[in-house]
Amino acid sequence: MMKTCLVVDDSKVIRKVARHILETLDFTVSEAGDGQEALDACRVGTPDVVLLDWNMPVMSGIEFLRALGQEALPQRPKVIFCTTENGIAHIRAAIDAGADEYVMKPFDRETLQSKFELVGVA
Amino acid sequence: MEISDGAVRVLAGLLTARTGQQLSVGRRWRIETALRPLLLQHEIATLDTLVGRIVSGAEPVLADAAIEALLNHETFFFRDLAAFRQFETLGLQRLHTARADTKRLRIWSAGCSTGQEAYTLAMIFANRPDHWADWSIEIVATDLSPTAVARARAGRYSQFEIQRGLPVAQMLRCFDQQGDEWQVSSGLRDKVRFRVHNLLGVPPAGLFDAVLCRNVLLYFSADVRGLVFGRIASAMPDDGLLMLGAGETVIGQTDRFVSDYECRGCYRKRRDGSGPIASQGSTLR
Repeated sequence: MMKTCLVVDDSKVIRKVARHILETLDFTVSEAGDGQEALDACRVGTPDVVLLDWNMPVMSGIEFLRALGQEALPQRPKVIFCTTENGIAHIRAAIDAGADEYVMKPFDRETLQSKFELVGVA
Repeated sequence: MEISDGAVRVLAGLLTARTGQQLSVGRRWRIETALRPLLLQHEIATLDTLVGRIVSGAEPVLADAAIEALLNHETFFFRDLAAFRQFETLGLQRLHTARADTKRLRIWSAGCSTGQEAYTLAMIFANRPDHWADWSIEIVATDLSPTAVARARAGRYSQFEIQRGLPVAQMLRCFDQQGDEWQVSSGLRDKVRFRVHNLLGVPPAGLFDAVLCRNVLLYFSADVRGLVFGRIASAMPDDGLLMLGAGETVIGQTDRFVSDYECRGCYRKRRDGSGPIASQGSTLR
């Protein structure tokens, strides 16, 4: 069965690039433009993994991650941050908030694939 | 930018003579990309002109630089994660048992490129300090390219390099962010000795309990590959472990090694008259 990935980013271009790469890795991909949309999507159906931007309107990535922890979902998705926030303080904050992995933009297929393997969904 | 068949043959011959590596038809496309910076640096208009100046022999630095540029330095941390997990949980665990009396391990990362594989090994040991307490672990990492070895020794990686294969928690533990780059910790760097070495030559001194030679042999001709397998075998004890790249095998390549059926992607030295290693049970030591 194909794994599912929710790509959360306010940039259509980034979502398109990520979708293209993930589909070549045999993922079924859905998209959300901000954290709130992502949270709503997770309530409808929990994906295997969330690829999560940091800076977004309405609800940021870190706010989404904290809200996700309060949700009574049947299974918590793996969360991989994917952001231009590349400083060590942001990375530590993401891990402390429960992120499973962290991708610093820009990224390529091999980077994404290796991170998905690390969280056990590739 | 085009390159003549004759110039390709010269470069291929030079590469083979210096490194044993072949410039196959499939890699011909890389020539232009790989050598473009060299053309710009020396203000040379065409690849054929570059080759002409190399052939003249008046500028040996050009030949060295061309060879360096044609080598493939592709590597990343924990490359083929599943294979590394097997190597750690099965291969290293077996060596842990087999060397319990001496508590000494020597590992050779052969063709280490810019060092990610060697530091991966160092991290594997560092992640289990209790398990390897009181052990003497020596990691020797070699590569043909002086530039790659210098980079490996420096242990500084770009943002792009650092996140390829490396778990973020491991990155935070073992690397310091310095501007746009990530510097390996001195504690980890001290665990690896890097040196320039040609796989066609005599191996580094002493025996190595495990040898990692990954994604290197595929660039050699069958004859050279056989020679290198022999060199590696001579540098290992009978129960040593050889780890190749994910797409590589010893089958049909050499009679010096056999598949290690207990550890996928790894190989053991063939002993005269022996069958598959897995059938030898507890007699391995």
